[in-house]
Amino acid sequence: MKFKPNTNLLLGSVLCGIILLAALVGAFWTPFDPMKPDFAHRLLAPDATYWLGTDEFGRDALSRIMYGATTSVGISFMTVAMAMFAGTVLGLIAGYARGWVDRIMMCFTDALLAFPGMLLALGLLAVLGANKYGIVVALGIAYMPSVLRLVRGTVLPLREREFVHASRVMGNSEFFIVFRHILPNCFGPMMVLATSMFGWVLLAESSLSFLGLGVPPPAPTWGNMLAGSRPFMTQASWLGIFPGLCISMTLLGINLLGDALQDKLDPYSRGKE
Amino acid sequence: MNHTSLLEVSSLQLEVRQSAKPVVDNITFTVERGEIVGIVGESGSGKSLTARAVMRLEPPAIRRAAGRILFDGQDVTTMSGKALRQMRGAKVGMVFQEPMTSLNPSMTIGRQLDEGLALHSKLSAAQRRELTLKMLTRIGIQNAEKSLAVYPHHFSGGMRQRIMLAAVMLMRPALLIADEPTTALDAIVQRDVLELMVELTREQGTAVLLISHDLPMVARYTDRIIVMEHGRIVEQGATADVIARPEHPYTRKLLSSLPVRGPARDIDRKATPVVQTRDIVVDYPGRGGLFSKDAGVRALHGIDLEIHPREVLALVGGSGSGKTTLGWTIAGLLKKTSGQLAFSGEPIQRSSPGWRQYRHECQMVFQDPYSSLDPRMTIRQLLAESLRTVPQMDDRARNRRIDEILDEVGMPAQEYAERYPHALSGGQRQRIAIGRALSRRPKFVVADEPVSALDVTVRAQILKLFSDLQQHYGFSCLFISHDLAVVEQVADRVAVMQNGRIVEAGTRDAVFDHPRHTYTRKLLSAIPLLETTATGGVQTRWRFQPDDPATGAEHED
Repeated sequence: MKFKPNTNLLLGSVLCGIILLAALVGAFWTPFDPMKPDFAHRLLAPDATYWLGTDEFGRDALSRIMYGATTSVGISFMTVAMAMFAGTVLGLIAGYARGWVDRIMMCFTDALLAFPGMLLALGLLAVLGANKYGIVVALGIAYMPSVLRLVRGTVLPLREREFVHASRVMGNSEFFIVFRHILPNCFGPMMVLATSMFGWVLLAESSLSFLGLGVPPPAPTWGNMLAGSRPFMTQASWLGIFPGLCISMTLLGINLLGDALQDKLDPYSRGKE
Repeated sequence: MNHTSLLEVSSLQLEVRQSAKPVVDNITFTVERGEIVGIVGESGSGKSLTARAVMRLEPPAIRRAAGRILFDGQDVTTMSGKALRQMRGAKVGMVFQEPMTSLNPSMTIGRQLDEGLALHSKLSAAQRRELTLKMLTRIGIQNAEKSLAVYPHHFSGGMRQRIMLAAVMLMRPALLIADEPTTALDAIVQRDVLELMVELTREQGTAVLLISHDLPMVARYTDRIIVMEHGRIVEQGATADVIARPEHPYTRKLLSSLPVRGPARDIDRKATPVVQTRDIVVDYPGRGGLFSKDAGVRALHGIDLEIHPREVLALVGGSGSGKTTLGWTIAGLLKKTSGQLAFSGEPIQRSSPGWRQYRHECQMVFQDPYSSLDPRMTIRQLLAESLRTVPQMDDRARNRRIDEILDEVGMPAQEYAERYPHALSGGQRQRIAIGRALSRRPKFVVADEPVSALDVTVRAQILKLFSDLQQHYGFSCLFISHDLAVVEQVADRVAVMQNGRIVEAGTRDAVFDHPRHTYTRKLLSAIPLLETTATGGVQTRWRFQPDDPATGAEHED
């Protein structure tokens, strides 16, 4: 296959790369302590020392954004991993076993899908408690059904393909067939879903934090920074602009990357080149 | 008087828009009024593109680079959109390959037939209705009045193709383009539809451009024949001349690739059968919700079959006859409802200790080489997988065996072992599939339509490879096929299936020369045979002539 320079792929990778780098660095080092108040430097506009300004407690906004990136990206990553893992395992079972197993699982999935993801996560959070792991579990459960549906839908036609029957005639176990033949052929659509889901989860996490149901203060996330900036909208607009910009940039980057991946991994468009 | 042909294609050149790669290269031919012209060629020969270009219906990726197409003296290539629309349908009709998708499922037959007439004629609704009814009766649809209000899914494939034909012929076109019109149909239906097409076009004086890969069929029904290879016309002329005295090597190759009956082989039918079935019944369960269930369908009604050592038993029948179900049941891919399966005289079932052994000794070759190889595995991995469960085989022995197999199927390991299936052609893939099935040196192979998806010349090579390997290793084989010509070449014994039952079984020569059951006779009379004559040419004849008491050895002119 010839490599085609692809602006979507390039821009998407650059944006995602920046955010990922910020999150990685933010985990170990930030210019200032993101939690420690410094009342001498409250609500400062961006300058050479405080690149993105300071908030109402005098904390450096850049440090908080970097630290928040670690939290936000970390939560999104764990959530996607959880949803993908559970959804894939259940989807493989439902799609491969079919029959009543499939029917019962699809009933539950449809029930879960009937709630808007956000609402479901809110309800679950109320039960699980508003903390990092609560968010991961709540969003993981909320997003798992779409993975399940996708994997099941991919498995259904795959299991009727002749190479699956061929493998069975060779005497291979069903377990072997699922891992050797079915699962690898699901990777394409799964990767595409995982990328776009990362974006949704990031947005959902920010929304939850914005609503005050996310990671408890003083730990920063982009969502609660945005929420906290509201009273100072007129005096210190940078406080809301930069976290908001981060969220939109990440979403844009991930969507571009997802589109590009879809083009690359889709066997039908690939065959046409 | 100035004579003009109905269709005159001169120096037509079609190329891929992007790469300027020619796909139809400088072809010139004519179709006279009322004559039937066949274009034959293998896939990729450009025969369909040529036909589409006549109506300016070539796909958007294809561009006409040069050449003229004159229809009735008018240049199609310079026609305006309006003129084109007036020509399509009204003067040139087209019948496509797939009857299941060429009729709109959401429109009644009546509306679909009326569509063209309403567009191209000034007749009143009542007159159109009368014409439509007449045509439906003509094509053998009972109760034409009622069928006007019926949707396409009520009709079988053959019937739909008749309706499609009726819709096109209602317009009384001067030219009918038929692109593989019967390829998707069963043999018996195929003959009916083709004969209807020939009759209708004769009656109306319509010329036909018949595109097909099926040389005997084209030879049987056409006045003139055009042979295409790689976008070029290699030979054209009167059908009788071309098949009797082919000049171009490719035409000769095509003709010599047609299956021929070999000498009957000596099979020891007293030895213990390798595989034996007793009264096998398979029911497909009905579909339904949690609380209601439809009644199931009985696919096999008690099948008794034995396959002897070194024997090739062919299972023939139309679609839905249960031949594939039987093959898959014997291979253990489908559960039988009742009945017994014995391997080398030992009754076996899934739970018995002999089952694992049977799994090793019974292998399968599938129909579609594009679907039977996992696209994510290299050829070596694919072959290694089938050797994975062989006891006491280490990596070195396994790799040695893989190289050996690839050599046997004519695909040297150095060149092909690390490739992925998508880098191989259909024929090469089927070689791999055969190699994979034979890699464990099985005693018994189920081959489910192994050559049906392949072109004529490739099919001949694969059949030869299969026969050679069968001779060499002496495995028994259940060969499932709808293609009687292929069966005639490979089978020692033939079992004919209809509606889940075996209606006739016997040695190949007995079944082909003295068919007893009416269904067998019908099957044999549906497929023309090209046979070599004493003078070195080829002629067509039906395999079985119903009105001929001498069981069909009579030639037709």
